[in-house]
Amino acid sequence: MTSTSENKANSSQGEAGEVERWASLIGGGALVLMGLRQGSLRGVLTALAGGGLLYQGATKQSTIQQAQEAMGINKPIKVEKTVTINKPADELYRFWHNFENLPTFMKHLKFVKVYNEKRSHWIANAPLGNNVEWDADILEDRENEFISWASVEGADVDNSGFVRFQKAPGDRGTEVKVVLEYNLPGGALAAAVAKIFGEEPEQQIGDDLRRFKMLMEAGEIATTEGQPTGRR
Amino acid sequence: MKAVCWQSANEVRVETVPDPKILNPRDAIIKITSTAICGSDLHIYGGYIPTVQQGDIIGHEFMGEVVEVGRGLDNLKVGDRVVVPSTIGCGRCNYCQSDMWSLCDNSNPKGWMQEKLYGNITSAIYGYSHLLGGYAGAQAEYIRVPFADVGVVKVPSEIPDDKLLFISDAIPTGYMGAELCDIQPGDTVAVWGCGAVGQFAMISAYMMGAEKVIAIDRFPERLAMAKKYAKAEVINYEEVNTGEALKEMTGGRGPDACIDAVGLEAHGVGLEDFYDQTKQKLRLETDRPHVLREMMVACRKGGTLSIMGVYGGFVDKIPLGAAFNKGLTFRMGQMHGQKYMHLLLQLILEDKLDPSFVVTHELPLEEAPHGYHIFQQKKDNCVKVVLKP
Ligand SMILES: [Zn+2]
Ligand SMILES: [Zn+2]
Repeated sequence: MTSTSENKANSSQGEAGEVERWASLIGGGALVLMGLRQGSLRGVLTALAGGGLLYQGATKQSTIQQAQEAMGINKPIKVEKTVTINKPADELYRFWHNFENLPTFMKHLKFVKVYNEKRSHWIANAPLGNNVEWDADILEDRENEFISWASVEGADVDNSGFVRFQKAPGDRGTEVKVVLEYNLPGGALAAAVAKIFGEEPEQQIGDDLRRFKMLMEAGEIATTEGQPTGRR
Repeated sequence: MKAVCWQSANEVRVETVPDPKILNPRDAIIKITSTAICGSDLHIYGGYIPTVQQGDIIGHEFMGEVVEVGRGLDNLKVGDRVVVPSTIGCGRCNYCQSDMWSLCDNSNPKGWMQEKLYGNITSAIYGYSHLLGGYAGAQAEYIRVPFADVGVVKVPSEIPDDKLLFISDAIPTGYMGAELCDIQPGDTVAVWGCGAVGQFAMISAYMMGAEKVIAIDRFPERLAMAKKYAKAEVINYEEVNTGEALKEMTGGRGPDACIDAVGLEAHGVGLEDFYDQTKQKLRLETDRPHVLREMMVACRKGGTLSIMGVYGGFVDKIPLGAAFNKGLTFRMGQMHGQKYMHLLLQLILEDKLDPSFVVTHELPLEEAPHGYHIFQQKKDNCVKVVLKP
């Protein structure tokens, strides 16, 4: 479904009506996924939040990205992962919506402070005991369904993301999809930051989501850290 | 505490390691009173299970006494005597709640490795490689049991360990092996492998209505055990051709169901066995599927194969044409201990099942290396070693 819509969106701007129809049918999450194949996540999320012309939003590139491309700096890291959790969407949404809960299952996050309904402050672990920090704003928030956010101007690491909660078929709970994007700064910091987000960012977000699932379903995160071993 | 630590292929050592601690709210610490060496521990011992690391505490069949409980547990207390199933299940995911405990979504903290290899994550197993969770095993004085509120069965104090210990692993594995065969009254069930799991599979098959059970092995003492305790007819595959013998014993039809209680280290005869041994040694094939091949050819048309012996990775030269054209059903998997433990305890309490006959050796924990050696080499008529910490 996503690729079909994408083709339509690509074909001409006149098809925007079609895109909007899809959007109202299947929700912003799907539209964002479609947009991801074309431009930056931030652009899509911003357009979505602004409720403006969706097709333009989907293809509009962020200024940061344009600047980076001009300077020949790395492309953004974009990861997405879905997990099914045996809990109703509202419960999962509520837990996630308080960003201060995120470090309990997102390993690279050290601390998140929520200032108000819109803005929060994030601190992530960097190698050698360093931190990277940024402020983020919630861009769109649909109760029990969808939350998107993006770092504000001046972040150490420009990043954005969204989470979508969708009822799974049958009694299987809720399908939770997360998409994240990081625009890595250049130079020495880039290498350091790349390490924070793991050699394999897909695996890291997968592990994070699995810990979220464990916490929500089992009430604790399975671990073997601190157990005895005869290793030398 | 003392614990059996894997060193390298065919070498384990008893070492002094730190005591386990409560790490999560639903944890309990158990002082182990009896722990067995399982046939599938031999796959680890032999170095055939990937991601086992030097120093890992191994073992997954055990029982003991609760000595510490996490703050999230309210149905267990210090002093409770418990048997613990070898597979770890959270009790709250879709799979656990569907009684498919060995497919638990939440017990394996190293699931990403499995996701790459198997496409999905399965439950963890105590002391059974990092692929299966990397939890410290049970051949030790103490063990940490996660999700202990759903992961143990309390047992009465007056019954001896030998009668209860195998609720942990061997009996539910054998029982599930028979259950997967969907046995109809009058069926003939053939069981490859006469270790503890095979013995309990045979006994379970009779309980479920099988009319005839045929046991296949190469060690006379195991076949004798199958004859005496499990009332099986026996085939020694080193003396006769298994396929021909099975046909003869089933009026030319073949067994209605076949149970593999051997797994990836199966021994065969002749060229095909040489092929598998060589490929496995060269790491071109992780598992030796001899029993699988034999079952596929021997089984009657429309019959069922139940695979309880452990397979880890890849197998070669599978006669899929036989299986397809004969319309066989394949069923398999690690056993769902928590599904069966209460029922099995009841059978033992009612004296309908006394599993203690499989124990041939009882050794102090310190003698685990000797126990592994005689079990692997089938010396001294060894069928089952129980270690006493
Ligand atoms: Zn076992
Ligand atoms: Zn579970």
